[in-house]
Amino acid sequence: MTGVLTIDELTVDIGRPLVKGVSLDLHPGRIHGLAGESGSGKTLTSLAVLGLLPRQATTGGSVRLGDTELLRMGRRELNRIRGRRIAMVFQDPSSALHPQLTVGHQLTDHVRTHLGLNRSDARDHAVEMLERVAVPNAADALGRYPHQFSGGQRQRICIAIALACDPDVLLADEPTTALDVTVQAGILQLLRDLATERELAVLLVTHDLGVMSAIADDVAVMRDGRIVEAADRATIFAAPQHDYTRGLLAALPGSRLETGTHLEEDGA
Amino acid sequence: MSTGTTSAGTAGPRTRTRRARSPLARYLLRRAGTSVLLLIGVTIVTFTLTNLVPGDPVSAALGEGAAQNPETREAFIRSRGLDQPFVVQYFLYMGNLLRGDLGTSLVTGRAVTTDLATAVPATVEIAIAAIVVSLAVSIVLGTLAAYRRGLVADQVVRVVTLVGLSVPTFWLALVSFYLFFLQLRIAPGSGRISPSITPPPRVTGFYTIDYLLNGDGVGFLDAAAHLALPVLVLSLVTIGLLTRFIRTSVLEVLASDYVRAARAKGVSGARVVLDYVLRGASLPILTVVGVAFGALLSGTVLVESVFSWPGLGTYAYNSASNLDLPGIMGVGLVVGVIYLVINFIVDLLYGVLDPRVRLA
Amino acid sequence: MSAERGTGNRTDVLAAGWRTRLRWPRAWRSPLGILGAVIAVAWVLVAFTASWWVPFEPNAQVLPRLQEPGVDTLLGTDGTGRDIFSRLMTGATVTIPLALMLVVAAMVIGTVVGAVAGYFGRWIDETLMRITDLVMAFPTVILAMVVAASLGPSLFNAVIAAIVVSWPQYARVTRSLVLGLRGQNYVIAGRLLGRSPLKSLTVDILPNIVGPMLVLATLDIGAAILLLSGLSFLGLGAQPPTAEWGSMISSAIQNFDAWWLGVFPGLAILTVVAAFNFLGDALRDILDPTAEVARENQADRTSSATGAAA
Ligand SMILES: Nc1ncnc2c1ncn2[C@@H]1O[C@H](COP(=O)(O)OP(=O)(O)OP(=O)(O)O)[C@@H](O)[C@H]1O
Ligand SMILES: [Mg+2]
Repeated sequence: MTGVLTIDELTVDIGRPLVKGVSLDLHPGRIHGLAGESGSGKTLTSLAVLGLLPRQATTGGSVRLGDTELLRMGRRELNRIRGRRIAMVFQDPSSALHPQLTVGHQLTDHVRTHLGLNRSDARDHAVEMLERVAVPNAADALGRYPHQFSGGQRQRICIAIALACDPDVLLADEPTTALDVTVQAGILQLLRDLATERELAVLLVTHDLGVMSAIADDVAVMRDGRIVEAADRATIFAAPQHDYTRGLLAALPGSRLETGTHLEEDGA
Repeated sequence: MSTGTTSAGTAGPRTRTRRARSPLARYLLRRAGTSVLLLIGVTIVTFTLTNLVPGDPVSAALGEGAAQNPETREAFIRSRGLDQPFVVQYFLYMGNLLRGDLGTSLVTGRAVTTDLATAVPATVEIAIAAIVVSLAVSIVLGTLAAYRRGLVADQVVRVVTLVGLSVPTFWLALVSFYLFFLQLRIAPGSGRISPSITPPPRVTGFYTIDYLLNGDGVGFLDAAAHLALPVLVLSLVTIGLLTRFIRTSVLEVLASDYVRAARAKGVSGARVVLDYVLRGASLPILTVVGVAFGALLSGTVLVESVFSWPGLGTYAYNSASNLDLPGIMGVGLVVGVIYLVINFIVDLLYGVLDPRVRLA
Repeated sequence: MSAERGTGNRTDVLAAGWRTRLRWPRAWRSPLGILGAVIAVAWVLVAFTASWWVPFEPNAQVLPRLQEPGVDTLLGTDGTGRDIFSRLMTGATVTIPLALMLVVAAMVIGTVVGAVAGYFGRWIDETLMRITDLVMAFPTVILAMVVAASLGPSLFNAVIAAIVVSWPQYARVTRSLVLGLRGQNYVIAGRLLGRSPLKSLTVDILPNIVGPMLVLATLDIGAAILLLSGLSFLGLGAQPPTAEWGSMISSAIQNFDAWWLGVFPGLAILTVVAAFNFLGDALRDILDPTAEVARENQADRTSSATGAAA
């Protein structure tokens, strides 16, 4: 079966080939983990989906949302997809939020363009979203600025922004890497719950196989611009095929796997 | 002063646990302290400089002929305290300064304060207009260059701004005066207003505003027309300064996560520029505008001399070349004050633009 | 493992970075930089040779007055029958060497002040930087004008005045660079090896400051020429009959009809200053990590780091 977002033999070239034929299938309600060492092209892959690569980059292959090809889409059309059907959460919530704009502003501007809501409806919607991601004092939070929140709260806000227009796909690029270990579990739990509850297809990029084993349904491992191994979670963790994956797994402290499993049971 | 210190002293420990440790009062106090120090520094520098002179201020003031006459000379020296030792002269001057007396200009024979009261607004009027014009132009050019980085538009902007920085201001002033006034006759002549027009009643000292306050449309248009050429000439250099910097700042912001995040939200391109990019670049731009204002005052000296603009530059020039000690001291002080005021405004705007400063 | 390699080689990478950034061929990739270099070199050649080949004595009043530009007199003659072309070329011999000299003087003074302030810190830093701030609070032309007028109008005094207003920017930049370098491991290691503060400053720190200072100086040559000719224009620099661009423009005011009197000296200033600005701008791109070439540099650096480790 084909998924809601299909990446097929994607290549990205910025002066030299950086992504060399990546294929991924994302399905509603499932979290697709993408692991791999630093510099292997994970971020470029997700940026390519949204057309956010630097100008001098060239792409090949195809990225389809349903039946629509995204790679060769015009700016204007693409803007109707971005944030509306495919949303993104970045690694570092303290730099992904504009320090000089209120949370309310950043949480409503795209809602108003995409959904055509007026100011007060957009506000109500924003409050709802903040409540859903468990930011305390949601109504009050709208008038505050990012620096007045903790790191974990900021990432929750980013997730609220990403999901405000009820997209089909969420690209989460290492959403917990910049956070405290104690906060990470909460954010992952939130992603897991949202994926299930909203029928959201999630691409979860991470270095951390512990994270992966905790919440991903499918796992792909990237290295040097290519996918070296892809399977569902159980298969990968039980019987890794590729040397590189085995290396990664060997480096994993056993305890992390256990916490992971525990977490997953909580979410289900 | 002393009450201020104690109140700041008690406020300190009580609020130590909170992040907001420096209340506005404390900030203002420190600010006032450094400002006074800077102004004293300015007076010392100017005073020392003007007393280094191998030149003879007495003959400069009285004219060669009168200065030959020992009696006149003697009387003049006595009346100005010029026979006192250097340090005593300085304290005499500072004593008068505290009473608001900057002395009498040797050139105009009027009180320096009176002279400055007309000269300063004349220059500040040009400077503000030029800053507004150049800021508007450089924001457009700098943002364009950053968005088109490495492409033709970027290169064109780069050449234009570098050439703008390379044009000698006084020469450009002359050429444009020659071209637009003498040849094309589309610009009015020199000065702040045409000779046929009476100056407005003084309120702010800015002729354009004073005419408007007086409801005098003809006067306003005349004053604005006289302002146009000097402002454009001055702007060219400032545009060169600002554009390059704005381009760099915008490039930095464009590479930031929050702009990428805004794009990922599907916010339209224009929105991204106005709401996210320019707002993000506004703080560094603000800082450099403060610096550019100083460069602009430098430019006014040269431009004013071409357009016979009765401003601070002309006054400074006349005082300096005639070794008019009170005049030069007055200019030094005013320049110091302008510098402080600009820095203060920049700081205030920082607070307005950056919630991290405002709500800290 | 890769992380370890990265930190272990940090100083090497830093040093390699400077070497890479100063590599010359990259400067030649900027057409504007080349254009600037060519024009600047041409003017400098003129500045040092013009006295040998100008067609007329710059101050000889031997030609018909106010002759328009033409075949005999390339750029026309002035109100006293002097050849503008000859005066223009002679103007280069006056202005350019002085500008170069004053920039070097300002750079040396500023670098010393900034390095001392940054390296020794505390009250030395505080005092020196307050003085720097004080000088910077004055608009350059106004301060230079006061200095020049106090010393008496002459070209030499104008140069002094220009040095007085030009050194602070070097002090500022040097100080911040020194502050950054002071904490580097290799500097601390040098001190632990028993280097005196002076030695540490000259051997470990100053070599790393030379590059940025040269760029700043190149960009400053244009400003120096503008300032000198501006002071001369105001009558506070070169005195008649010296063939100097600023004063040539100033005397052109008396005769607006003879446009060639003022236009050519202005173009001379414009071309020299623009040449140095183009050149400085290209150099700045090479040294500036935010510039276009930064990515290439980075690639070079990572490859050289990997190469060194392999
Ligand atoms: N704008 C760019 N220009 C040139 N090369 C780039 C650019 N962005 C990324 N690269 C290169 O592309 C490769 C892949 O980068 P990418 O950011 O996708 O890695 P990643 O897998 O996300 O790594 P990490 O886990 O560290 O985030 C890297 O070698 C990087 O140097
Ligand atoms: Mg990444």
